[in-house]
Amino acid sequence: MAAFKLFSFGASGKIRGGVHPEPRKQATSDRPIETAFPLPPLLYLSLQQHAGQPAEPVVRVGERVLKGQLLAAGQGTISAPVHAPTSGVVTDILDYPAAHPSALPTPTLLLEPDGEDRWIETQEVADPFSLPPEEISARVGAAGVVGMGGAAFPSAVKLNLGRKTKIQTLLINGGECEPYLTCDDRLMRERAADIVDGILIMLHGLECNQAIVGIEDNKPEAYAAMREAAAPHGGKVDVRQVPSLYPMGWDKQLIRYFTGKEVPAGGRSADVGVLMHNVATAYAVQQAVRYGKPLVSRVVTVSGSAVAAPRNVEAPIGTLLADLLAFCGHRPDDTASYVMGGPMMGDSLPHPKVPLVKGTCGILALSPQEVAVSDAKACIRCSRCVSACPAGLLPLEMMARIRAGQLESALGYGLKDCISCGSCSYVCPSEIPLVHYFKYASGELVAREQMKHRTEQTKRLAEERQARFERHKREQAALAAQRKAQAQQRKAEEAA
Amino acid sequence: MSMSMLSAPFTRSDSQVQGIMTAVILALVPATAFGLVIFGWPALFLWAVTLLSALAFEAGCLALAGKPVRAILPDGSAVLSGWLVAMTLPPWAPWWIGVVGAGIAIVVGKQVFGGLGQNPFNPAMLARVALLVAFPLEMTTWAVPSLPFSSSAPGLFDSLAITFAGAPAADGMTGPTLIGNWKTELSQGRGLSESLMSGPYDVVASILGWKAGSLGETSSLLVALGGLWLLKKKIITWHIPVSLLTTVALLAGVFALIDGERYAGPIFHLTSGAVMLAAFFIATDYVTSPSSPAGQLLFGAGCGLFIFVIRTWGAYPEGAGFSVLLMNALTPVIDHYVRPRIYGRDLKGRPLDLPGGRR
Repeated sequence: MAAFKLFSFGASGKIRGGVHPEPRKQATSDRPIETAFPLPPLLYLSLQQHAGQPAEPVVRVGERVLKGQLLAAGQGTISAPVHAPTSGVVTDILDYPAAHPSALPTPTLLLEPDGEDRWIETQEVADPFSLPPEEISARVGAAGVVGMGGAAFPSAVKLNLGRKTKIQTLLINGGECEPYLTCDDRLMRERAADIVDGILIMLHGLECNQAIVGIEDNKPEAYAAMREAAAPHGGKVDVRQVPSLYPMGWDKQLIRYFTGKEVPAGGRSADVGVLMHNVATAYAVQQAVRYGKPLVSRVVTVSGSAVAAPRNVEAPIGTLLADLLAFCGHRPDDTASYVMGGPMMGDSLPHPKVPLVKGTCGILALSPQEVAVSDAKACIRCSRCVSACPAGLLPLEMMARIRAGQLESALGYGLKDCISCGSCSYVCPSEIPLVHYFKYASGELVAREQMKHRTEQTKRLAEERQARFERHKREQAALAAQRKAQAQQRKAEEAA
Repeated sequence: MSMSMLSAPFTRSDSQVQGIMTAVILALVPATAFGLVIFGWPALFLWAVTLLSALAFEAGCLALAGKPVRAILPDGSAVLSGWLVAMTLPPWAPWWIGVVGAGIAIVVGKQVFGGLGQNPFNPAMLARVALLVAFPLEMTTWAVPSLPFSSSAPGLFDSLAITFAGAPAADGMTGPTLIGNWKTELSQGRGLSESLMSGPYDVVASILGWKAGSLGETSSLLVALGGLWLLKKKIITWHIPVSLLTTVALLAGVFALIDGERYAGPIFHLTSGAVMLAAFFIATDYVTSPSSPAGQLLFGAGCGLFIFVIRTWGAYPEGAGFSVLLMNALTPVIDHYVRPRIYGRDLKGRPLDLPGGRR
């Protein structure tokens, strides 16, 4: 029985809730990162692969580009540029299905590699620590680095935010608590020194002195490698183990675990003086600042029972996930479900012919046996969901209210505080898709809010129109009365 | 495509409703088997009749409601309810007591509210209390334990007559329960030391279960062992059993210290009647108890309080059934007021203050 914990108390006693999904990491954790992935015939570079505004193309169709060359610039305050993952020719800019459950078309730039993989001239920095601190986030921003743990929030925006609020602790998430995923584990084992360098660079940029790296205790090799890499830096980078418990990678959970602080509802980590980045992001930051290399490739876990040779592949951004799967011996006939990310919070894809984006940490082809599918049964109020919830919510009560159509009432139980981690659905013995209910209800509430807003606006416009109309009528009447009076006056004058 | 495939998580624990019900039933086996042995054939017949009727009532109700009987019946909840009803019956009660009990539990206690998960009251306790009120004689005629196949144990045919033909048991085969005896003696003005001397009280026998009482609850030891196993298997949590038992023990201890002649002590209370069964198997019923850990502590304490009050000052000999039902009625109220603290918010649901007092 994959046990759940009633109350999991960590060393510092601050962990609440959480579940222990079967790790299923052994398939890929012992294989070195595969760097010999052949360039695909065509790269599909989504211009919307980060939170915020899509990037704006700065190249024309037919233009020859070099590896690392800017293809699309960031737009607005929250955005990130997109660079060429290899040298080649821009063949088209069109709408192509996004790496999203809906697979809705998004603006995408097609790049045909020329096979030479020739870099632009990169601006290397001999000593990043001699740069002025604000230069760090500028370089990170120019390199198009986004959060690589899945959230894909532009890293420079976060670093700038950190500069505005005094950051006491930089938290580095090496938890990788999702089952199957091992890309961060491998990265830490193989490129620990670069990651630690990236962390130090970020510390310099934030003018902060303390970084804590949290690594789950089921990754002893990664922990050892990171500790060794951090050792020469005199405790500035503190590498620590955290219990293997999902969702240990939730930033607010880690913040509470390491600092004892809680981020107020509606607030940000920076509000309590903490900033969190993922280990892969730290690596990308190092590559960007020290070597001037934009984020054009990433390590991604390709796994699942429908894959013959599961492993971690360092692949160019824009590679079709189908190409990655095929490289690892994918058996389409045996695939019941494609999941981008981990099985706890990842997205179900209708098909794998969508491109790899910067935030993609895994692509899983799950066999029918791995995807537990059965019909939901009646809730027996066992409250396993309550014990599992890391946010302290009452999933069963929220679900009952959403089912009864009382969405507002569900808000009172913390619907907005739900992080969709899936722990409740995972433990539910009645197999009720709780998270699905919560996502639906949140979406519905947003839609209602918009509808209300629209109705109000329509009403306001109608009222204004009515007021205008009446004013016009009054003015006309006044004008008519005036004319009448003038006419009468004229008549009287004529008569006189 | 099922709905659960559309949205994460795409993996889930192997915990299932059926597995939970099966575990609870398994935990009941030792205490039940002990009861069946010491109370003989009539107990076995009554147990079987109650179980089968519970299943029949459940199937009938599901069919009437147009629900898939074959899909729902194996969830084990009806068997468990029937089993719990049987455990609380006098072992030599006539067959129809079992049938009526199962009917009340399944039909009135559960299905009229919409089936599994919808009922506000514990079905088994509802049945027990209804039977006690409606058929006080049949519900308080207690068999005394006897070794299997000994001369005092009824034979197969006598047993069939006891269960199915309403034949009265021979003299010496029945007697009062401990709590019943204690209350009768107290009402006649005799003190506790006197009544326990004259009565059949023996601490060891009481703990082991060699005493008159309901079919499956005489052995507080075996019931508690089953409960502890459920705790270990994480089917139940410690909150309700611990708060219930602690409350009973504390109250009993305090009052026994005040007046040892009128009030029985903690050991007596914990080892007699349905306290252990209530603590581990009845009050812990998921459906009818609060969902937050703090709420469960409150709920257990309330059950313990009412058990002690009804036993000590109430008209009925045993308080477990009434107490659990009373607290069941309070469960929605507890669930409304006692909720876990949400991350980043205070107990009232307001966002926490920022460091430095900013909000």
